[in-house]
Amino acid sequence: MTDTREALMVARTSDGRTVRRPLSPHLQVYRPQITSAMSILHRITGVALSCGTLLLVWFLIAAVESDAAYARVAWFIGSPVGYLLMFGWSVALWYHFCNGIRHIFWDFGMGLELPQVHASGKAVLVATAVLTVLTWVVFAVVR
Amino acid sequence: MTEKATSPAIMRSMLGRARGLGSARSGLHHWWAQRLTAFALVPLVLWFIYSAIRLSGMKRGDVINWAVDPVVGTLLVALVLALFHHMRLGLQVVIEDYIHDERPRMVWLLVMKGVTGLLGLAALVAVIKLAI
Repeated sequence: MTDTREALMVARTSDGRTVRRPLSPHLQVYRPQITSAMSILHRITGVALSCGTLLLVWFLIAAVESDAAYARVAWFIGSPVGYLLMFGWSVALWYHFCNGIRHIFWDFGMGLELPQVHASGKAVLVATAVLTVLTWVVFAVVR
Repeated sequence: MTEKATSPAIMRSMLGRARGLGSARSGLHHWWAQRLTAFALVPLVLWFIYSAIRLSGMKRGDVINWAVDPVVGTLLVALVLALFHHMRLGLQVVIEDYIHDERPRMVWLLVMKGVTGLLGLAALVAVIKLAI
């Protein structure tokens, strides 16, 4: 045993024997499934939304600062690139929101059977699409 | 018993292992805080999306008039706190999962915590300044 991290791989079975912890299969040999794809998508949208907070912070600071600063951020959000970002942001936010609720149900021990997991996954995808479209329809009507 | 003599890892007792590793200490707090902020963000995000649509195309004065309302100010502070806490916890796990070498992992974690901490504080200061 040369690597000290091996120490973290040591576990005990319920009858007290020591075993090496099992390692889950690596991604390269894993068949893509709705469960794994949606899991990584939750992460990707989370990281994307984190980047999106830059725009939120910019908006808030500009609103505090001056009319000129506010005009700049308002111009950016209203530009084609701004709209594209806002659209991407809305998709990512609704996905992370819906899938996050799916996670909360799991934390309460609900919906953990595989058919239910598949069904809730599909429901999240449909809800994301519906809510995104709805958001932009409301936006178009209100404006 | 013979295993114990050959494996350095066994020198740690089961209790020591449970106490020493993250999942028994800060790991639970991390997990719980992630869920708690997620819970809080469900209504806050819905309110935020509603507000963002309402605010779109508004002049700066209208935004300030909106943010100066105590209820709006309170919700904005709550949103910023929950959002940035949730985000920092999430990004932390992503970094811990994908950066295996200890030194770059620590550097990335510190940079991420520093940047997101400053961003969160900036958002908080802005929201409070708008409110008063």
